[in-house]
Amino acid sequence: MFFKMITASLVRRRSRMLVALLAIAVGATILSGLVTIYIDVPRQMGAEFRNYGANMIFMASSNDAVFDMDTVQTGIDKIEQGKLVGVAPYRYETVRIHEQPVVAAGTDLSQVQTTSPYWMIDGEWPEKDEEMLVGQNIAESLNLHAGDLVNVMGPTEEDSEDQLNFGVDIRVTGIVETGGKEEDYIYMSMADLETLVGEGELDVVELSVSATAEELDRYVKTIESEAEGITPRLVKRVTQSESTVLGKLQALVFLVTAVVLVLTMICVATTMTAVVAERRKEIGLRKALGASDASIMKEFMGEGLLLGGVGGILGSVLGFVFAQFVSVRVFASSIRYQPLLLPVTILVSILITGLACLFPVKNATTVDPALVLKGE
Amino acid sequence: MSLLELRGISKIYGDLKALDNINLSVENGEWTAIMGPSGSGKSTMMNIIGCMDKPTMGEVLLDGVDIAKESAKNLTAIRRDKIGLIFQQFHLVNYLTAVENVMVAQYYHSLPDEKEALEALARVGLADRAKHLPSQLSGGEQQRVCIARALINHPEIILADEPTGNLDEANENIVLDLFRQLHEEHTTLIVVTHDPEVAEVAQRTITLEHGRIKSDEINKMFGRN
Ligand SMILES: Nc1ncnc2c1ncn2[C@@H]1O[C@H](COP(=O)(O)OP(=O)(O)O)[C@@H](O)[C@H]1O
Ligand SMILES: [Mg+2]
Repeated sequence: MFFKMITASLVRRRSRMLVALLAIAVGATILSGLVTIYIDVPRQMGAEFRNYGANMIFMASSNDAVFDMDTVQTGIDKIEQGKLVGVAPYRYETVRIHEQPVVAAGTDLSQVQTTSPYWMIDGEWPEKDEEMLVGQNIAESLNLHAGDLVNVMGPTEEDSEDQLNFGVDIRVTGIVETGGKEEDYIYMSMADLETLVGEGELDVVELSVSATAEELDRYVKTIESEAEGITPRLVKRVTQSESTVLGKLQALVFLVTAVVLVLTMICVATTMTAVVAERRKEIGLRKALGASDASIMKEFMGEGLLLGGVGGILGSVLGFVFAQFVSVRVFASSIRYQPLLLPVTILVSILITGLACLFPVKNATTVDPALVLKGE
Repeated sequence: MSLLELRGISKIYGDLKALDNINLSVENGEWTAIMGPSGSGKSTMMNIIGCMDKPTMGEVLLDGVDIAKESAKNLTAIRRDKIGLIFQQFHLVNYLTAVENVMVAQYYHSLPDEKEALEALARVGLADRAKHLPSQLSGGEQQRVCIARALINHPEIILADEPTGNLDEANENIVLDLFRQLHEEHTTLIVVTHDPEVAEVAQRTITLEHGRIKSDEINKMFGRN
């Protein structure tokens, strides 16, 4: 009977309870959605950074050996087959755009996509020679946009005897945004850079190696001692930025979740207060029929908690859909379902609803049963 | 010993005496009508007899127990076990069906028993309306559900405050017929009414005025109409 009463109250008085249910469901959706993202995105981002981001660099040793792709290859050979995910060589030279000196990096842009997966490109990655990326800062100061065709000149006469007077027309396919020093360079193919400034040595090579910390240490030692002309180093930068980004993301998720839960609570408390006010006659009647304060509290709490439970179930399902949507749109990866989140979301929903109902329900017990004999 | 005895009951609101030194006893099985103009204290008296309010002064003996001295919690229990209430506005729970409304009273009293609740509805002629919501019932039907609910726990006294106030002639007669049946089964009935026709069919009529008993008469015509 108890259950029949509270379910009938919810089912047959839909419109009023729908508001509260909606509030709880939205709260639970955001809670479970954000927590899913909170748990899952670091896992994915971590996986991406660790597996694909550059975690080793090669630089030239101070001896006389030429530091070019052949030299680099001797180092790469020391890394086990299949462990190497990407190799991006960089050669930095000064060129001119609109008579302004600009540092150009010649590289293999298809490899950069794997060694620097965190680069945000406004536009497209270049697919062939005579296409380039421009750092955000350069793009701003020279007023360049994706799609522009730009005449890039070699260095001035003082710098080099065999300068190209006509330069090369290169199309900007995208603008690089990283929030770091990458925004101060332009990136073109090695071939284009050689056309502009002639042949030369590499400055640095970024490698992405899928290996444990111990394996990486071992590779560094082997290459240092056995590959002539290469000084290998491990890079920590990416993991560090990864953890600050994640820290910020997680703090934000916490904050938003807390705010949403408080809002949900206010909404449920308001609705329940209205419900109690609206049902004063009914409460008076129940008391006149012999209901104790405890049973009145039990019934209203029961309604509230049932609402919380249903809202929680609804919310955890919607939350997963929401998280999936956000994940696919923002992080371009699908999310793994957290089975523990279902009971946690339902529990938290019930808890929040219970808390929100506490005051209105206590209020319900103050209704005077004599009210039912007062004519209106 | 009388079933109910009021001794020197007063109820004072500020400087208004809603009830002023009422002395009254009601025997088991008696059918009493209470009349009087609006504001004369009828509802106040019903609230006190129905254990929903306490007098400012005096004793209320129900089965020999002075309910004026009981705690609110005990009053709830006494009300549940001994009193059946019928209201002018019916006061059905609007999201529960007729039979569920009867079962609510069972639920607070002891255990809900659908079969018994259906029997109570059949008794007031509503067997085929048991699964209807109050909004799907006429005023007379709603009042009969209210009567079935008042009867379900076999109370010692049925208190009815203007039970026919919102009903038409035909439904009023149905309700009065039910009261006659209850009286024949020795149920104690106290019925507040404005309507002389409703008072007339009772055994005894008490008239209140300004919180005092103005008259207390045995109806000589009782049982003949
Ligand atoms: N809670 C209250 N506070 C103040 N005055 C009240 C209260 N309840 C009833 N009264 C007053 O007591 C008198 C008797 O009221 P009531 O018993 O409801 O009259 P009746 O039911 O005979 O119309 C009225 O004057 C009413 O205004
Ligand atoms: Mg009245």
